Amino acid sequence: METQFHWVLTVAVFLPAAGALLIALAGRTDALVRVIAGAVALAELALSIAIFAGYYRDPSGLRMVDRLPDWIPVESFSVQYFLGVDGLSAPLVLLTGVLGMAAVYASWSVKLRVREYFIWLLVLQTAVMGVFLAQDFLLFFVMWELELIPMFFLISIWGSGRKEYSAMKFLIFTLGGSAFMLVGILVLFFSTGTFDMTLLPALIQSKSLLLPIGWVFALLFIAFAVKLPVWPLHTWLPDAHTDAPTAASVMLAGVLLKMGGYGMVRVGAGMFPDVLADFAPWLVALGVINVLYGAVVTIRQTDLKRLIAFSSISHMGYVLVGISSVAGVAGVVSPLGLTGASMQMFTHGAITGLMFLLVGIVYEKAHTRHIPHLGGLASRMPVFAVAFLVAGLASLGLPATSGFVSEILVFLGTYPVWNWPTALAVFGIVITAGYILWMVQRSMFGQRPDRFDNISDATPLEMVPVAVLVAAIIVVGVYPAFITDVFAAGIAEMMEPIRQAAMAAAG
Amino acid sequence: MISELAAWLIFLLPLGSFALIAFLIRPFLARELHVLAGYATIAAIGVSFVLSVWALGSVVEGHNAEIGWASHEWMTVGEFRFTVGILMDPLTAIMLFVVTGVSLLIQIYSLGYMKGDDGFARYYAFMSLFTASMIGLVLARNVIQLFVFWELVGLSSYLLIGFWYKRPAAANAAKKAFIVTRIGDFGFLLGILYLFFNGGAVGGGNPLDIPTLNEAAKAGLLAGSAATWIAVGLFAGAIGKSGQFPLHTWLPDAMEGPTPVSALIHAATMVAAGVFLVARFFDVFAASPAAMDTVAIIGGFTAIFAASMGLVANDIKRVLAYSTVSQLGYMMLALGVGAYGPAVFHLFTHAFFKALLFLGSGNVNHATGTFDMRYMGGLRRVMPITHLCFLIGGLSLAGVFPLAGFWSKDEILASAWGGDAVSQVVFWLAIVAVFMTAFYMFRAIFMTFEGEFRGGAANDPYAPPDGHGVHLAESPRVMVVPVAVLAVAAVVAGFVANSVTDLGVIPIHWLSHFLHADIKAFNIPLAAISSLVAVSGIGLAYLMYRPGARSFSFASVLMRPAHAVLVNKYYMDFLYERVLVRVWFYMRLAFALDWLDKSIVDGAVRMIDKLGRSLGKPLALPQTGQLQGYGMVISIGIVIIFGVYLIWR
Repeated sequence: METQFHWVLTVAVFLPAAGALLIALAGRTDALVRVIAGAVALAELALSIAIFAGYYRDPSGLRMVDRLPDWIPVESFSVQYFLGVDGLSAPLVLLTGVLGMAAVYASWSVKLRVREYFIWLLVLQTAVMGVFLAQDFLLFFVMWELELIPMFFLISIWGSGRKEYSAMKFLIFTLGGSAFMLVGILVLFFSTGTFDMTLLPALIQSKSLLLPIGWVFALLFIAFAVKLPVWPLHTWLPDAHTDAPTAASVMLAGVLLKMGGYGMVRVGAGMFPDVLADFAPWLVALGVINVLYGAVVTIRQTDLKRLIAFSSISHMGYVLVGISSVAGVAGVVSPLGLTGASMQMFTHGAITGLMFLLVGIVYEKAHTRHIPHLGGLASRMPVFAVAFLVAGLASLGLPATSGFVSEILVFLGTYPVWNWPTALAVFGIVITAGYILWMVQRSMFGQRPDRFDNISDATPLEMVPVAVLVAAIIVVGVYPAFITDVFAAGIAEMMEPIRQAAMAAAG
Repeated sequence: MISELAAWLIFLLPLGSFALIAFLIRPFLARELHVLAGYATIAAIGVSFVLSVWALGSVVEGHNAEIGWASHEWMTVGEFRFTVGILMDPLTAIMLFVVTGVSLLIQIYSLGYMKGDDGFARYYAFMSLFTASMIGLVLARNVIQLFVFWELVGLSSYLLIGFWYKRPAAANAAKKAFIVTRIGDFGFLLGILYLFFNGGAVGGGNPLDIPTLNEAAKAGLLAGSAATWIAVGLFAGAIGKSGQFPLHTWLPDAMEGPTPVSALIHAATMVAAGVFLVARFFDVFAASPAAMDTVAIIGGFTAIFAASMGLVANDIKRVLAYSTVSQLGYMMLALGVGAYGPAVFHLFTHAFFKALLFLGSGNVNHATGTFDMRYMGGLRRVMPITHLCFLIGGLSLAGVFPLAGFWSKDEILASAWGGDAVSQVVFWLAIVAVFMTAFYMFRAIFMTFEGEFRGGAANDPYAPPDGHGVHLAESPRVMVVPVAVLAVAAVVAGFVANSVTDLGVIPIHWLSHFLHADIKAFNIPLAAISSLVAVSGIGLAYLMYRPGARSFSFASVLMRPAHAVLVNKYYMDFLYERVLVRVWFYMRLAFALDWLDKSIVDGAVRMIDKLGRSLGKPLALPQTGQLQGYGMVISIGIVIIFGVYLIWR
């Protein structure tokens, strides 16, 4: 193991933190703080596009590695500083860059404790980037935990409603999950002698672990399940989303939930393919519950943010359903399900990020998110209404938007393995159409209450991040190969042990 | 021969005009220039029409064989390749001709009908999108590709039905159309999944490639329950889109859209897509007798079921809407008894006369400001050209010799006659439908055009306040000419396209040959019977609704209970919307789960929270913050440790 540095990923991870530091030191006026934050987010966006494009040109293997083998020496072994990008993480890095930019942009009108606010927002971005790029399990864990701190403050200080309660709930849920994860990571370390995530898959299969492998899997899985979230561990999510400020909601729904799905694919499928295959019946059952239960509960919601939060639970169910396809049928596993699950993370991130941005705009103009108090806004906010409708249609999986691509891949990949559960999950698209169109209708169409007679459309400035996300959703929907090629390459490299596990299970 | 690029252009041009309007004309041009949106759409679809004629000619030139173009890669995951491509076969060619031709006329007509509407540019953007989606659907070579456009057709109709989004009824109707058709699409999607799952059954090729799939079905590779499930799944989608029983409820409500939209939905796009879908996968359906019987029975039942509701509707557009559902049932029953050629033939002729009737009703609305026939009457004298055209459309729909509808309807009847038990049943259903069709159509004609004018919008309490108002006059030329062109087509399309004699330029049974369908010899006794039935339907309408008849609510007095059932659409809207969705789904199921989530699932979380707090309370008691106390405990502790140490040693 040699020291090697390409620096790109290190910069991508720590640039936002450096920006936060700069704001702390030099951010004398609010305007200056905003400019620094905006510049950093823009640079980070450019960097994430560069990383993705660099990977897209030849999607294979772990690339752009930054590695310091003896970062923290521990006895004879060591914790590495080890970053790298592969097919599974490259699109998520891109997503983080885009949504990070959108989040900073959407925070332009924050008035309260501006300096602190942007510091936390940028630190958050460092943590999320770190999670997606870390190839050392301890570094992964550190980044995973680091993300909690800024999010806690963002919700509890700049949130609304029962913000302290929601922030604490979010914190305790996630910490509870990650406590298990830490135990799992340590068991792996003391069994195999390394935190190296590229070596662990082979070592877990060859070495005997200190605990039964199923337990280790469970310890790690719980943390991811809380984050995704999986029913019944989801109740922190509606509260946190509803009470968080717009930018935090965007990041929370857009990328933080994906950390859970990413962990399930990277760690669950990548390191424990045989356990995951055994666990798959539960996975698909939980996935279907997430999809249908989430969708049915969504329809009762009257707060726009809460509605979108519950719809996220439903949509994250498709990630679970897609992953459950690793059980294979008669020893044959197709990469469609895992690719679809990964795609669903990307696409849901873009769509829901967009949704929360839009709801933020509505709230700013109409001063309410209560759906029965809205209505008829399309006549005064035509441009906004178009974006809102596009986001909704993408959310209900309309073809030519990215939402369709991920759903069809999940369905095609999982149906051969789990016929009836998949069919049930497919029914989710009908309920989704119901709540999305009903929401759009109640907030945008129909008679406009008099109090909105002078409401103004979103300004071109506000529409910039919206337009970027709308364009991304449609481009990926029309030509999904941009993203699927990369995910598929990443999944293809993970498939061999998964196939073997399925074959072994099938006898 | 047409090039592949030109074929793609048929689809890309309307898509381009959509983009042009959405991104350039509407946001950046002054309102006076929005009329350019109309011209852009008409130009794009006009060129598409020319190219479609070229495509049709090319297929004819190539001896009615498919023009084979390779597929293009769209998305690849592992060993799975998803492709897109054009399937240019006779069915596609004839559909392209109908879609672009009818759409072109409707776009021209809309210049007049939508003149001065606030959303003029938006209207044409959506119409372009609608036409492009339908063309994309017709061209699709891959099942997933077809599904993509299938959904986009649904989107476009959602946008257009809800075009006047400020009216709650329009917004509701749009939502209803989307969701009800999505229930069908759920089945469609399951069919695709099942097909993909059984991909090996097509014998090595790509199971999602439509020609491969049809070949496999024809060769008997795809048969038995696999074929049945795939076909039933696809048919579920067709039921939704074509408004067949039991998913027909969205179609009458869809009349909330602008009238030219209704014409487009009912003639050339959207609802025709369902019939097209079954025709497209006809070999798969034909491989499964069970699926064929399902199609025939649902189609036959829908034909009379929808027609019966048309008997009592007072809204002229709703009469036409039920008529469409009924006629689509006709096409479905034809497909179900194996009459592929006649079904497509009827789709072809129906497109012309139904577009004509809808546009005619638009003219009527233009003059009276209402769609309620109870407030019309006497319009024959005011708008003679519209009346003449509408009459032709009505006669053609009723199947009167020698108009277009007569020929296609007769082929369907002849195909159903003398088959197995299912064919026998649907034959009689079809005959009943002929009677009903003639009756409701002439009821509408008498109520609208004959007798005295009954006040129009001025007397109609439900006329939209932002409507046209009453100004009794023939419509402007831009609205009359397209109707007249369609009237010509409604007269000749049947005889010319699938003539029973050799016409020289056009050979005998041209369309059947073109579609590689079985030739049905013209059956004179059957034609006589069906004509007699049609004429008696017209006669009954005359007796009941002619000017000076006792009352045109005569029927409702005589048969009040039946009338109530029909007016309330067999209470199916009530059942679906009130009972199933509102009460059972929203108020019971969703309420219960929402409650469960709040009280039980989150309640458990709060319990754990409480448990932690109550456990912490006794532990927190000694933590008083009093330094003296802490000092004492520490001292005692030291003493104990020291004592233990001493003893232990």
